[in-house]
Amino acid sequence: MSLSPEERLELQKLAAKVRRHTVEMTHKAKASHVGSSLSMVELLVVLYKKILRVKPEDPNWPDRDRFILSKGHGCASYYALLAELGFFPVDWLDTFYQDGSRLPGHATHTYVPGVEISTGSLGHGLSVATGMALAAKRDRKSYRVFCMLSDGECDEGSTWEPALFAPQHRLDNLVAIVDYNKIQSLGTVKEVMDLESLAAKWRAFGWAVREVDGHDLDAIASAFSSLPFERGRPSCLIAHTVKGKGVSFMENKLLWHYRSPQGEEYRAAIAELEEKE
Amino acid sequence: MRTAFIQELFEIAQKDPRIVLMVGDLGFGVVTPFMEELPQQFVNAGVAEQNMTGMAAGMALSGKIVFTYSIANFPVLRPLEQIRNDICYHNANVRIVAVGGGMAYGALGPSHHATEDLAVMRAMPNMLVVAPGDPVEARLATRALVEHQGPAYLRLGRAGEPVVHKQIPDFHLGKAIKMRDGFDLTLISTGGLLPEVVNAADILAAQGLDARVLSMHTVKPLDVEAILQAAKETQAIFTVEEHSIIGGLGSAVAEVLAEYDGPTPQFRRLGIPAKFSAEVGSQKYLRSLYQLDAPGIVKQVLNAWRTGG
Repeated sequence: MSLSPEERLELQKLAAKVRRHTVEMTHKAKASHVGSSLSMVELLVVLYKKILRVKPEDPNWPDRDRFILSKGHGCASYYALLAELGFFPVDWLDTFYQDGSRLPGHATHTYVPGVEISTGSLGHGLSVATGMALAAKRDRKSYRVFCMLSDGECDEGSTWEPALFAPQHRLDNLVAIVDYNKIQSLGTVKEVMDLESLAAKWRAFGWAVREVDGHDLDAIASAFSSLPFERGRPSCLIAHTVKGKGVSFMENKLLWHYRSPQGEEYRAAIAELEEKE
Repeated sequence: MRTAFIQELFEIAQKDPRIVLMVGDLGFGVVTPFMEELPQQFVNAGVAEQNMTGMAAGMALSGKIVFTYSIANFPVLRPLEQIRNDICYHNANVRIVAVGGGMAYGALGPSHHATEDLAVMRAMPNMLVVAPGDPVEARLATRALVEHQGPAYLRLGRAGEPVVHKQIPDFHLGKAIKMRDGFDLTLISTGGLLPEVVNAADILAAQGLDARVLSMHTVKPLDVEAILQAAKETQAIFTVEEHSIIGGLGSAVAEVLAEYDGPTPQFRRLGIPAKFSAEVGSQKYLRSLYQLDAPGIVKQVLNAWRTGG
């Protein structure tokens, strides 16, 4: 798939809008994880606009493709995109993470149309996704299952259990996406728990692996449109991303795993994002 | 009990394609017919209980009724957060089946003693907790669990337990079965100790004590009505379980009695001390050591009865 200039522009604008929502939501809620939300925006936008077979008006449509945000802490941008796509009203976003809201600080299915499963504890999503992919194979259904992981999540042993299982069972309807933004909770991935070579690890477990610039809309679209990467194997897309992407002073800064944009920082971030819409 | 369970499940699964049996690379000889005859409804997750449990949730959320199966603590404590977040939070139709409840794997040592499972599973929101007392109850529970909506835990013994129910009882999840009536005291049993408790009641009867026996196969939700009836009609209640004294059937019944406004009977919890067994031995040996076999139960009951009665 190659994007036309119009398509590219539309996706860029949507990405900027999702980022603006994300900054507004975390500002209003005084919430953290803004950096983790911002790093995966292009991946989410391409998936939902070009790849996933979903119906916002019928979120439980049985033949839908499944998407699981295993890195549930990055849910602000995910909620923002779901709202922009019409899964639920955009004004819900104003309540994010606040008393009485439907939108808690980790992806939650309870009251949120479009959220497949609730996450928040790392190392859960890929197993659930694998179970869904296995059920689809057994029932000869054509839906696919996508699971977005964080890089820090690859520290969890439970991430590697389904990584072993899925190739054994030839689940080529399963796609793992690693949002490899290189910064985890207390330092860089390299400092805390070096994952390199991450691609070689997934390959060694039996996955068909591709690497991509996780902010390059065309490259992402091209990778996702050639799924499965190899017949008979699950696919793993390692997306090299920038934590805090889109707000210059947040980019590649550990601080923005925690900090909520306030005051002058908030105004500067919004100004920067509005220019791109 | 595990034979009764697997035979019953096999029979149901042949007619119901939603049933999936998922094992953690255990069940040699036991699950083989299921594995060979119904390969599309069988999954060996390997020695990876966290993934087994998460996948079970994923399959259940895709329309399956999944039975995860392993021994003792492996399917319960190892993947506890997957049980909580992936299964219970999503109210998924997964039944967690543990064989070797209590000290069934006695001589294998404390790693294989499932003695806190009822306490832990009871605390999980949405979770139903079932511990059948004999192979007949195991069969009936298996059938009932297929129809149940939401998660459940099924605690089984091993194989070769005596059949206590000579006739098929009226079985409902959440309703105790009255094994015998009595008006001096009540023995409430859960899990594989049922034959010991019934024998204990016989011994007590010979000594002139009229004991009611309730098989409380469902620990959650508890049959509050049967407990309060026993509180009103008998002078003492003893809970008997092959489980830590903390958090299991005894604690559950104590909670009911503590909040009961009427006059409460004498109450004792019979179970395993909350410590790791320093003794090595078979289930029979360990039951005797902890006074949970029929003579031990009688001894504990009489001691309490004499002091409190």
